[in-house]
Amino acid sequence: MTILSWTRRGLLAAVGAVLIAGGMFASATAQTPPGVLIVGQIAEPKSLDPAAVTAVNDFRILVNVYEGLTRYKSGTLEVEPALATSWSISDDGTEYTLKLRSGVNFHDGTPFNAEAVKFNFDRMLNEKHPYHDTGPFPLSFFFSAVKSTDVVDDMTVKFTLNAPYAPFLSNLAYPTGLIVSPAAVAASGKEFGRNPVGTGPFKFGEWRSNEAVVVERNDGYWGEAAGSQAVVFRPITDANTRVAEMLAGGIDLMVEVPPTSLGQFSGDGFSIAEQAGPHVWFLILNAKEGPFADKRVRQAANYAINKEAIVNDVLEGTATVAAGPTPPAFAWAYNESLDPYPYDPEKAKALIAEAGASGAELKFYVTEGGSGMLDPVPMGTAIQADLEAVGFDVKIETYEWNTFLGEVNPGLEGKADMAEMAWMTNDPDTLPYLALRSEAWPDKGGFNSGYYANAEVDKLLEAARTATDQNERAKLYREMQTIVQEDAPWVFVANWKQNAVTNDRVKNFGLEPSFLLHLQGVVKD
Amino acid sequence: MGGYIVKRLVSAVPVLLGITIIVFLIMSLIPGDPATAILGSYATPENVEKLNRDLGLDKPMVQRYFIWLGNMLTGDFGRSFSLNRPVLDEVSERFNATLVLAGTAFVLCSLLGILAGVISAARQYGLADKAITFVVLIGISVPSFFLGMMMILLFAVNLRWLPVSGMYAIYGGGDLPDLINHLIMPALALAAVATGVIARLSRSAMLEVLRQDFIRTARAKGVPERRVIMGHALRAAMVSIIPILGIQAGFVLSGAVYIEIVFQWPGVGRMLVDAILKRDLLLVQGGVVFVAACYVLFNISVDVAQSLLDPRIKT
Repeated sequence: MTILSWTRRGLLAAVGAVLIAGGMFASATAQTPPGVLIVGQIAEPKSLDPAAVTAVNDFRILVNVYEGLTRYKSGTLEVEPALATSWSISDDGTEYTLKLRSGVNFHDGTPFNAEAVKFNFDRMLNEKHPYHDTGPFPLSFFFSAVKSTDVVDDMTVKFTLNAPYAPFLSNLAYPTGLIVSPAAVAASGKEFGRNPVGTGPFKFGEWRSNEAVVVERNDGYWGEAAGSQAVVFRPITDANTRVAEMLAGGIDLMVEVPPTSLGQFSGDGFSIAEQAGPHVWFLILNAKEGPFADKRVRQAANYAINKEAIVNDVLEGTATVAAGPTPPAFAWAYNESLDPYPYDPEKAKALIAEAGASGAELKFYVTEGGSGMLDPVPMGTAIQADLEAVGFDVKIETYEWNTFLGEVNPGLEGKADMAEMAWMTNDPDTLPYLALRSEAWPDKGGFNSGYYANAEVDKLLEAARTATDQNERAKLYREMQTIVQEDAPWVFVANWKQNAVTNDRVKNFGLEPSFLLHLQGVVKD
Repeated sequence: MGGYIVKRLVSAVPVLLGITIIVFLIMSLIPGDPATAILGSYATPENVEKLNRDLGLDKPMVQRYFIWLGNMLTGDFGRSFSLNRPVLDEVSERFNATLVLAGTAFVLCSLLGILAGVISAARQYGLADKAITFVVLIGISVPSFFLGMMMILLFAVNLRWLPVSGMYAIYGGGDLPDLINHLIMPALALAAVATGVIARLSRSAMLEVLRQDFIRTARAKGVPERRVIMGHALRAAMVSIIPILGIQAGFVLSGAVYIEIVFQWPGVGRMLVDAILKRDLLLVQGGVVFVAACYVLFNISVDVAQSLLDPRIKT
């Protein structure tokens, strides 16, 4: 017997075994069960404690398990009642008294009441609270204006602020303000984030690390019961693998589809949802020194960059051109009369010549990735090419996201002329207040890394923060947008449209401008 | 023999201590800190400072190193802040998954590689040798993550024979057939390169042995060819094949990082990549030390196995 014939037989046997095994297991890859919605997420959640997390990825699970005192009205970023049914604001804007919804129970059976609300905010804000050690609570500064939370009666709670702060109701709708069960925090302590208990339409089922978080329909929900029996959130960090799972039927819904993969879902069997959100992608310009200290050069950069080409070609239509610092998703506060800077290289050249900045060297900080940054490297090179076409000499420096933030947040002075940046916020106050006021320069603890300063803008933003009437606030924000667009402290580039794909078994799905993923009404056959 | 093993184990201690220093230094010195990573665009100096204090990162570096080392010696690897659970729970759970994947791939590449090498050597320049060489060179040349993606496209998306990713089915799985089903593609993709390398090196090891006198003697006294190859030659060649297996085991373990990402295998490699990007210091440090300790132990056992096979190698 030769070695070859021996192995030939062995090989045949092996191939046979594999084929039989393949046939046996093929049935195991059947379709996902009806009534159970399987969602492809972009990462493993950090925690399911709303006060402890910061990522949109985690918020997508949380808003189905918990509810806040307020929430965003479907399809808008306007605040409406949720666990609070009504509220009144004192004339000086520092006292918020909220009536709570009665007959609501947490999933563990304990009642939702004013004591529970007080527990939630004290746990986050008061370092001496017995359960403050269940943190850290990185976004607790959303409520740093709260001086005290007081129980008026069983179903009424009063927040006292240290100064008027108009975004307060909107911050209550942000996931950091979702209400957790005090009894469950007491029972689980530091492990509460893995044993979450809220009041939402779904209750926590199980969390298999790195495989799935399962939530199940809450039959005792005070509102309309959820349309699905269960929702499974699967972390699939690699975008290509997520697309493959979607194509193969392993998941029913995927978020954040890469622009270049959208085409694969254009046929029958899938539907694509798109929704513009409170996102703006911009370039911070160093207004303190160098060529961008001159307003004309900053405007020239806005004219020189072909934003249409960036959103259509680089981002494949998954974004729209931004006109100013406030995204249009904040419909109530957005200035409709603003048009984006047109693409006009000739005008840019003229402005640059007028300012005597022809041939100036620019150092440009680009990041490799990061939250809300879309496709930062191709976008950065497209911008570089456009700026070189009008006579600048642009040098790119690329950094990994955390390093990038460490370079940009302390300010660009002495380092760079421009940097990429993107923000997603929940209130039109947040971004301009933190990044455009002269009181928000990096040395004062803000994010105004380009050192823009305009006394008029400062005044408008302070006034908008203290006004409690929404129409009054809206007027102030619109005025602010006009001034900022003219001053051009940034190059306004894009507003991202969040997207998602569902297969044809999923009904009633829609995305929200808040970028939160409400799955209560979704049905799967 | 016992003394040799003890000696090797003692010599591993400074290696591991060095690893703790290196990984701690790297994680402390790379730009970007955990608080910035957690806060993202909200990382004001004030918020960063407060969060760093909450995370216990405001102490001097040397002090933090010794606190970490001391805790680790008592079995406390600390708590991962990006996953909000004890590091040791996460690492050991993830390491199990990696062991299943890398172990299967290692067995596959050892068996297939040696088999292919033996056939090639026995049929030097024959049709089988040429065919095997061709396939093996493809295996060595194609990057494993690319191979993995192509396998997903063909077997999962188009043919729908196998699941795309994960270790178990999300619903109704969890048993052994389900695991094997999920294991086939990642294990094959991971084994491909190592199989090629082992096949090439086994072939030359076998060829060298086959030219020696005792093989001719065996053939001359009428020992059947199969026994000459499998009994006499392969046994002698194993002395040079086993160290190759040891080195390839290291490559399989590190190659698991890409494969775990492509197939979303919940292993330790994927965990480390995520943890580095999130600056999850304790998770990276604990994970690296754990993996390094396992690798050192594995190397020691390879050396011990080798000295058992070949009494000349004894120190």
